[in-house]
Amino acid sequence: MSGLKRVVITGAGTINALAHDVPGTFEAMREGRCGIGPLDFRDVDRLAIRIGGQVRGYDEHAHFNRQQIALYDRFTQYTLLAAREAIGQSGLSFAGELAARSGVVLGTAGGGVTTWDENYRSVYEEGKNRVHPFVVPKLMNNAATSHVSMEWNLKGPSFTVATACSSSNHAMGQAFWLIRSGACTAMVTGGSESMMCFGGVKAWEGLRVMSKDACRPFSLRRNGMVQGEGAGIFVFEEYEHARARGAEILAEVIGFAMTSDAADIVMPSKQGAARAILGAVTDARIDKETVGYINAHGTGTAANDKTECAAVSDAFGAHADTLMISSTKSMHGHLIGGTGAVELLACIMAVRDGVIAPTIGYEEPDPECALDVVPNEAREAKVEVALSNAFAFGGLNAVLALRAA
Amino acid sequence: MQVRDKVVEIIAEQALMEPGDVRMDMTLADLGIDSLGLVESIFAIEEAFDISVPFNANDPADSEFDISSVRTMVAAVEKLVREQTDA
Repeated sequence: MSGLKRVVITGAGTINALAHDVPGTFEAMREGRCGIGPLDFRDVDRLAIRIGGQVRGYDEHAHFNRQQIALYDRFTQYTLLAAREAIGQSGLSFAGELAARSGVVLGTAGGGVTTWDENYRSVYEEGKNRVHPFVVPKLMNNAATSHVSMEWNLKGPSFTVATACSSSNHAMGQAFWLIRSGACTAMVTGGSESMMCFGGVKAWEGLRVMSKDACRPFSLRRNGMVQGEGAGIFVFEEYEHARARGAEILAEVIGFAMTSDAADIVMPSKQGAARAILGAVTDARIDKETVGYINAHGTGTAANDKTECAAVSDAFGAHADTLMISSTKSMHGHLIGGTGAVELLACIMAVRDGVIAPTIGYEEPDPECALDVVPNEAREAKVEVALSNAFAFGGLNAVLALRAA
Repeated sequence: MQVRDKVVEIIAEQALMEPGDVRMDMTLADLGIDSLGLVESIFAIEEAFDISVPFNANDPADSEFDISSVRTMVAAVEKLVREQTDA
């Protein structure tokens, strides 16, 4: 395995229901603040589910001009804002050889869902026979990836990954591999999602897995997931390159694994999840006892949380009772294809700052989720390695491992 | 068509059975209907009767809609249809 490059994170950016940047998000996670509230968009009164982790106080005109807004769906806007923060922090500018060896791999499940929604409404409900010329370039799943590549001159391998709720983790895994293998020097990666529109939430409502009141992962009385929106974007960089230029290193990415359950289109599998967790530990070439924190997939559904806890117990044995596992979806909601990216921030906070984000809204313990879920209050703890779990509909699992820089 | 017959027809279709073979004491497990099949059946019931069925897949036991047998589901739909007519 010699010849593999080390991969570090030198920039982070986000916008989500907790805050419009990384420092604000860290602060909210430390305080265990809840970003979930009443939904606010057209026709919300026709929905049975009326809460979500919606980005508040957002004005697209404050960030983009009229021509850009005509081309950028909300998921692209969030991506660009988070990328601006991440790339700004990294201090990188892309030109020449570095531009050719750097790319963009992002995750999204639905792409421009709001664009689909608005234009279907216009042709079906309002009976219009003409749509805006940019509907297709606005809604396509790779729009965000392409706009990031254009704005920052990233000319290397670039593509979008769509694996439902694992999209961001799969994307970051690809970025990690592209650098580790030596193919690329830096990658802008992560993901985004914005399904916060009538059709987006209505579709989820149909599955009857959404909560009407709160996301309470691991609690006995949890009653479903709550949707979120936003983006998490990172700059992954080859370690020697980052060190040579004296960049601040937020954390090191040390392992990644992905598995497929090959079983059911919606029900999770303990075996598939456990194989992904152990795969990431093996890929990182660490003792599993060094894992101190797991950012759970933790959706707050009956099925996910008990299956995930059983998978962690199977993967870690007795150490499962020692490590901490929390679900920050209780605070920012489930960002679907963007969720792993925002949740990676909790892993960075754990290994870099020694602060473990809590699972808020925690009430009664569930005997089937009998792990240390860091209930309600953040905790100070020294963590050497943190994992980030993502288990998607369709049985596609992706787990990343981070180590303190 | 009676509420009961329509509910049985919907359940039978989901279970890939003849309506005549569906018994009132059968459970979802007896019928071979999984969680997705159940959600689909509830959707079909809502469409057929233009009602809203209070059911959350995360906590079927706590839902007001009792899914323990065909009989309980028929009774629950009858009640919902009655309430809707009264309303």
